[in-house]
Amino acid sequence: MKSAIPKTVVVPPGHRRVGMEDSHAAALAVRQCNVDVVAAYPITPQTHIVEKLAEMVANGELDAEFVPVESEHSAMTVCVGAEAAGARTFTCTSSQGLILMSEVVYITSAMRLPCVMVLANRSLSGPLSIWCDHSDVMSIRDCGWIQTFAENGQEVYDLVFHAYRVAEMADVQTPVILNVDGFYLTHVVESLLVADQEVVDRYLPPYRPRHSLHPDRPVTMGAYGVPDLFTETKKAQDEALRATYPHIVRAWQEWGDLTGRHYHPVETYRTEGARVLLFTMGSIGQTAMVAVDTLREQGLPVGLVKLRLWRPFPHEDLRRAVAGAEHLLVLDRAVSFGGPGGPVASEVRSALYGQVDAPVVHDFIVGLAGRDVAVPDFEAMVREVLARKTAPRHEDYVIYGARE
Amino acid sequence: MTHDEGTTRWGSASGWPLPPGQPLPTNLNVYVANLVPKEEYFAQGHRACQGCGLALAVRLALKAAGPDVIVATATGCLEIITTPLPYTAWGVPWIHVAFENTAATASGIEAALKVLRRKGRIPDRKVRVLAFAGDGGTADIGLQALSGALERGHDLTYICLDNEAYMNTGVQRSGSTPFGASTTTSPAGKKSIGQQTWKKPMPAIAAAHNIPYVATANPSYPYDFIQKVRRALDTEGPAYIHAYSACPTGWRSATDLSIHIGRLATETGVFPLYEVIEGRHVLNYDPPTLQPLQEYTRLQPRFRHLTDDDLARIEARVRREYDALKRRAELDAKEEKRLKREAVRARRAQRAQRTASDP
Repeated sequence: MKSAIPKTVVVPPGHRRVGMEDSHAAALAVRQCNVDVVAAYPITPQTHIVEKLAEMVANGELDAEFVPVESEHSAMTVCVGAEAAGARTFTCTSSQGLILMSEVVYITSAMRLPCVMVLANRSLSGPLSIWCDHSDVMSIRDCGWIQTFAENGQEVYDLVFHAYRVAEMADVQTPVILNVDGFYLTHVVESLLVADQEVVDRYLPPYRPRHSLHPDRPVTMGAYGVPDLFTETKKAQDEALRATYPHIVRAWQEWGDLTGRHYHPVETYRTEGARVLLFTMGSIGQTAMVAVDTLREQGLPVGLVKLRLWRPFPHEDLRRAVAGAEHLLVLDRAVSFGGPGGPVASEVRSALYGQVDAPVVHDFIVGLAGRDVAVPDFEAMVREVLARKTAPRHEDYVIYGARE
Repeated sequence: MTHDEGTTRWGSASGWPLPPGQPLPTNLNVYVANLVPKEEYFAQGHRACQGCGLALAVRLALKAAGPDVIVATATGCLEIITTPLPYTAWGVPWIHVAFENTAATASGIEAALKVLRRKGRIPDRKVRVLAFAGDGGTADIGLQALSGALERGHDLTYICLDNEAYMNTGVQRSGSTPFGASTTTSPAGKKSIGQQTWKKPMPAIAAAHNIPYVATANPSYPYDFIQKVRRALDTEGPAYIHAYSACPTGWRSATDLSIHIGRLATETGVFPLYEVIEGRHVLNYDPPTLQPLQEYTRLQPRFRHLTDDDLARIEARVRREYDALKRRAELDAKEEKRLKREAVRARRAQRAQRTASDP
């Protein structure tokens, strides 16, 4: 039977087992992707990633231009300029940095530039807080990037390769944000399987942009959209993002074939016979697995569904994963003030709307600004759901654990 | 400099372009015209207003640059007149990202060209990076990105096309709008003279970054303009050009007077032509006498509310600043001469020492 805590890990061929900080694992993966330009601005908790990259460039371990910009707005812009000129780029940010650069984030996807960003998720100010939640990424939910979530250090490492592989595919040409929970997945030292360069090279072909800025083939990029064409441009962009789905899945399949580590848009844990399904995104899924084990031991029929792919939203996978359950307990790490509940729950409700025998969605907003969500919290939430006499309305939600 | 000097230099064997630091010709001369590249990289049919100074400046800049250049442009007039989807007026590779980040876009392109050339992924030849932004996109919202790019030392040329207000959005004041000008957000009224602040000194701000080349340029002096763009592009490291850009729409001036108004801007001392080469100021054109300010302002209804007293006050400041610039250029020239003399003396002394120690 599967267990949340693996007893032994076999080192697959082409790998070594290394203890390292998750941030350094991300930086290592970026180096193994042989990026050409790195541009970033310091913000906690993303800093360790770019510090490590700066060190690699300084030591000649990575042949890249490291552009220490004066703001996140310029970090994203430098990546756009460099990517447009044919370079493979990397940037990394958090929270305030993301919303400062958000103007350019939208433009990047509209220009179909396959940039890759690691977003060390952190709450948005105010009040100022450096700790983890998902309010930053939710502020750019509709930015047109592919958005994935990692759950542990190994996933942070693996998903960097996936990000570049997918983004640069000829039929995708869309930027990717890899969400890694701040501190939980940036400042923790874990035991990781690190792939040999040869494995990476087999997975990720050299970057060959379809168009780039060069006098040998002059192109105009970033022309302005007259009303007569704007709608069509946006329709094309939306269709393009939706059409990335099979490529995202294929790229995960390829990585799985190479390394034995398989990833899916929606993943499940002990969902067989579950009455209540927990629904998580990001590092909280790790604790949720332990909670499921604990609750199952207590005889509670609980399972777990984890969303790895946030954009494009995997509606079908989600419906399949939750089919048969009575209750779906969605854990949101952001508030949609005055809106229809947490952003994840409202999308899940949307996906399930009108489905026969769909589970009742219970929305719990948890873990704001790094507040711990421990196994007893999961237990309390599950018991609360099972004790509810009537199903909550669509717009109902609980900000769990908040003191009155 | 005099008319004759210019003619001689341009007709002489010093060729095109002149080495940095040489005085520039300001006269129209048939020989000079022959030296200007015939190729056009800025296509006709773009949507600029009649008499647009910006369009002329960009056309000249692209002639100076030639084909091996990549251009980044800010959101604004230049972007919208040249690239309404699916058309483009650009014969060279061109990109627009947003309003305030043109210098960062150019930084990214420069970084990419550097690393891709090093890695052998693009042909091994110099491709230059040229950025255009307006005065708002440079002096106001884009100042941070520009400062960052200049400080980091990217090898790029940034040209600010200064039409002294936010023209594309409807003539709102910017930090570069001159004192007393009436704009839609600094309207002249019973209690206001119009713009109440003095123009932000962008060339000085750029020069304060200790970059190797800063210049002011004016498309009413086309050969000087081309020469400066050429020098800027040939400079290793960041170069900044502050370009005068007449805007009949925003200034409500006659469309057939843009070149004339541009000349008056320089001849009145409002927009002096100068370079700052490695920190050394060079005044490129010092008119024998500065024209009265009124010659310049009377052609532009944005100044029409100004009284004689107002004009006298503004003129006094213009002349003070002009004189300060001129003094600075003279001092820098003297210092340059002194350093040269010292170098010669040091060489002589060295030689003498060698001869003395020779058995």
